[in-house]
Amino acid sequence: MKAAAKIDMALFELALRMGDNDIVLAQRISAWCGHAPILEEDIALANVALDLIGQTKLWLDLAGEIEGAGRSADDLAFLRDARAYKNALLVERPNGDFAYTLMRQFLFDAWHLPMLRALKSSSEQRVADIAEKAEKEARYHLERTEDLIIRLGDGTQESHSRMQAALDDLYPFAGEFVAPDAIDDELASRKIAPALSEIGALYFDYLETALAEATLKAPVDAPVRKGGRKGLHSEELGYLLAEMQFLQRAYPGAKW
Amino acid sequence: MYAQMVKSTGARVKSLDEMDPEERAFQVRIDADIKVEPKDWMPEGYRKTLIRQISQHAHSEIVGQLPEGNWITRAPTLDRKAILIAKVQDEAGHGLYLYCAAETLGVSRDEMTEQLLSGKAKYSSIFNYPTLTWADIGAIGWLVDGAAIMNQVPLQRCSFGPYSRAMIRICKEESFHQRQGYDIMMKLCAGTAEQKEMAQDALNRWWWPSLMMFGPSDQDSVHSAQSMAWKIKQNSNDELRQKFVDQTVPQAEYIGLKTPDPDCKWNEARGAYDFGEIDWSEFYEVLKGNGPCNKERLEARRKAWDDGAWFRDALMAHAKKREARKMAAE
Repeated sequence: MKAAAKIDMALFELALRMGDNDIVLAQRISAWCGHAPILEEDIALANVALDLIGQTKLWLDLAGEIEGAGRSADDLAFLRDARAYKNALLVERPNGDFAYTLMRQFLFDAWHLPMLRALKSSSEQRVADIAEKAEKEARYHLERTEDLIIRLGDGTQESHSRMQAALDDLYPFAGEFVAPDAIDDELASRKIAPALSEIGALYFDYLETALAEATLKAPVDAPVRKGGRKGLHSEELGYLLAEMQFLQRAYPGAKW
Repeated sequence: MYAQMVKSTGARVKSLDEMDPEERAFQVRIDADIKVEPKDWMPEGYRKTLIRQISQHAHSEIVGQLPEGNWITRAPTLDRKAILIAKVQDEAGHGLYLYCAAETLGVSRDEMTEQLLSGKAKYSSIFNYPTLTWADIGAIGWLVDGAAIMNQVPLQRCSFGPYSRAMIRICKEESFHQRQGYDIMMKLCAGTAEQKEMAQDALNRWWWPSLMMFGPSDQDSVHSAQSMAWKIKQNSNDELRQKFVDQTVPQAEYIGLKTPDPDCKWNEARGAYDFGEIDWSEFYEVLKGNGPCNKERLEARRKAWDDGAWFRDALMAHAKKREARKMAAE
């Protein structure tokens, strides 16, 4: 018990969960580079990916610091296997078509912003500092995806049906962000992180309004698909990591 | 620069006496280094040459996203990944800029895109080579962006205002790109034997194609004279190529790499590096579409464009709806 008490496991998990969401989503969207429907989107997606990588570094550096075993953000990103990744399942969903990519981003951003806002008043200063910086970026991200969701949902018949299909498929993954487990409860009781039920209420209220404006309907009674935050992922994550970690794995110990 | 063999008028350069008054006044202004702006009168040939050159340059930035984009998901560290994304993003931004500069000459971005996708418009031959290892990302930044800067620095003084101003901004970013590329190579050369081998292999593969970026030798370059008279082009291909070699060879030596050219050596008398004969048949094959990746590059661009049609249509449709609602409310 004494040895375990040295590492603040709940805080470590929080940093991993936040950072892993960022890096996995950044990895996904950066694959669009050069392939987006219009040049402005290539540029915008790259911007978001850059923000998320910046945030990854902050969270994973913090995780490494809390762990105290000398692991850097790069070690944590490039040398952990899928079971040790703690991102929610949503962010590892494959890119699909551009509608799918945008809907995934929107469902993420819509949670990310209220979560970061709440983390700004974390009792843990290092968490509050990261949230302070990241929240500004998340605000822009959500502004952008909300605008696009509305325009595409209420665009042509084709764009509407593509966005609706994406929503039908992805909506079940949204709930995982706000489904608390024992770690979240501990973080909330220590005022390090907000109660996820509060974030959930904000999240779903917001989604309802924005989706209505986009003339899209969230599926009713969709069972929540979760597991990633505990390290139980979809099969896709292994491939994502194999690609991302290739050089670090193929040339162990090399400096780049 | 990423424009090669841009067709000029093909006719020989007229003397001032042979020009009609409008054209003469235009040439006199050019000779006096006064910038031409989009609304000014200009000879049709000047306009056409610039459209070709600027759009070719823009297309190169766009297609150029692909070989480097190929390594974004495999970049070895978070920093390298971020730097690479930022670089590719800069290129997309350059493309956007340049398309805007070309649009001031009376061609739309959609028309230019159509010309690229149909194969009618060209882009730089260099982007038809594959990026096989991480070192290729270093080599591209160092050599390809290095060659581009060599070409683009004089273009900052190009007679056409919008192009000249775009170049001033682009050059700043390109020099950052070159430094990051060289930094990747330095790191590899200071690393393990395998990493150093990776760096040397990348230099071997990218060296000659980089030299080809400057275009054919002056004696074979049919379009230069008029472009020079118009100050669209400022230096000859061979001049710039020599400058590039002189700059790059010592950089290679500094990190313990060697160019793949056995004839490459310092010529004391000339005060420059001699280098071997370029295999121009390879260059013309790549230009004809027979390079290692021509087909893949164009297919990737076509796919992006075709798959994105619904997205672009929807944004237009929504804008119209909004407009209609606004009108109805008024």
